[in-house]
Amino acid sequence: MESSWSEAFLPLGTLIIALLLSILPLPEVIVSFRPDWVAIVLIYWSLFKPGRFGFLTAFWLGLVLDTLYGSLLGQHALALLTVTYITRHFHLRIRVFPIWQMSVTVLALLVLYEFLLFWVDGVAARTVPAIDRWAPVAIGALLWPLIFASMSRLLGTKEREI
Amino acid sequence: MSSPGESSGSLEHGKVYLGLRFLGLVIVCLTLMFADHQKDHLSLVRQALGVVIYPVRALVDLPFKTWNWASSNLETRSAMLAENQRLNSALLNASVRLQQLATLEAENIRLRAILDSSARVRERVLIAEILSVDLNPYRQRFIINRGTNSGVYVGQALLDADGVVGQIVRADPFSAEVVLISDADHSVPVSVIRNGLRTFAVGTGDSKRLRLPYLTNSADIQVDDLLVSSGLGGVFPSGYPVARVLQVVLQPGQFFAEVFAEPVSELDHDREVMLVWTTEDSQEATNLAAEVQ
Repeated sequence: MESSWSEAFLPLGTLIIALLLSILPLPEVIVSFRPDWVAIVLIYWSLFKPGRFGFLTAFWLGLVLDTLYGSLLGQHALALLTVTYITRHFHLRIRVFPIWQMSVTVLALLVLYEFLLFWVDGVAARTVPAIDRWAPVAIGALLWPLIFASMSRLLGTKEREI
Repeated sequence: MSSPGESSGSLEHGKVYLGLRFLGLVIVCLTLMFADHQKDHLSLVRQALGVVIYPVRALVDLPFKTWNWASSNLETRSAMLAENQRLNSALLNASVRLQQLATLEAENIRLRAILDSSARVRERVLIAEILSVDLNPYRQRFIINRGTNSGVYVGQALLDADGVVGQIVRADPFSAEVVLISDADHSVPVSVIRNGLRTFAVGTGDSKRLRLPYLTNSADIQVDDLLVSSGLGGVFPSGYPVARVLQVVLQPGQFFAEVFAEPVSELDHDREVMLVWTTEDSQEATNLAAEVQ
């Protein structure tokens, strides 16, 4: 078995990096293309380490995101929870998919994630342009093979080939 | 079944348990959102979370801060000298104007005393630094490095060297969230300095544009008019520049004209802003008036 390094610190580290990336200042041209890093990384961990990273992680991360973004408290938490639940429910099926099919699944999950955020914004009557919302989703799905490959390498290929 | 580390007892049982936990947390989320949306029930929770996430923000801000520090420390001697000279002349300029201001202020207070109108509002300012972190890109907001520990409160006004910047919408002990005057959900009560015409400047979501939606076609407003804060509403102190009229489109068929203005403050280039405390210091004002007489 791998040491406790990859067991405990790797997921935590990647989630913290995802948090940092989601508030890193970007040039104005590309700022609306920023992928939902936290959602993507959380999807990865609920696919490959479903036992360790459950709903409570998603919930707390969501609250942290809400505080970072100044959005309604619980908004990102709800979206992350739902995505985690669905990923976890189908994780055995999704993780044997070929990579392109996995990307499509991630696309669907991210669409759901954005839709939930959008919906809450709408119910709470917060003015948000609707069109800008979907670029991060597409970028996220396109980046998935890359993220998948690098994370799997970090995790060590042994554990992945089950 | 899947990995050896995963201990799965009865599969069905596990699924029901997971579903219940999920549902429970979803209900918590919905309750939180409801409570947060209704009123300020959760300000304490938000403050606590704000303290928890402060390190994350500070960590992201750190490289930018270091870069700024380094670039200002590694400036060449000649550049420093040039800047020093420029600042000196600017200071001289400002202090010459300030001499006049003292007399004008005294005169103003005396006149107000004669007219029996309310005393001038005095202001105290504190400089705050903007943290280099991105918020939601769809909204015109930023974070500053001062919080309730420095006396910051929700609804406080912010200025920069050129004019009004925005106001505080949320404050925790070490940092506070600012909404800019250009946010689509924000509006400032303004008056035209040329003739005192009062109206509102509403944000558009674009940091270079404000909208003045409540001016009739016959209103006396021209391109290049300076709009200053009118002080109505009690958030922004009166008399600070807000924007300059950019474009006036009369719409003959409509009741209202379409007027756009450009903020005078550098909303998207600022690194430092000033927090303003307004105190209705009438005692001090009357003392000053008496002194002058």
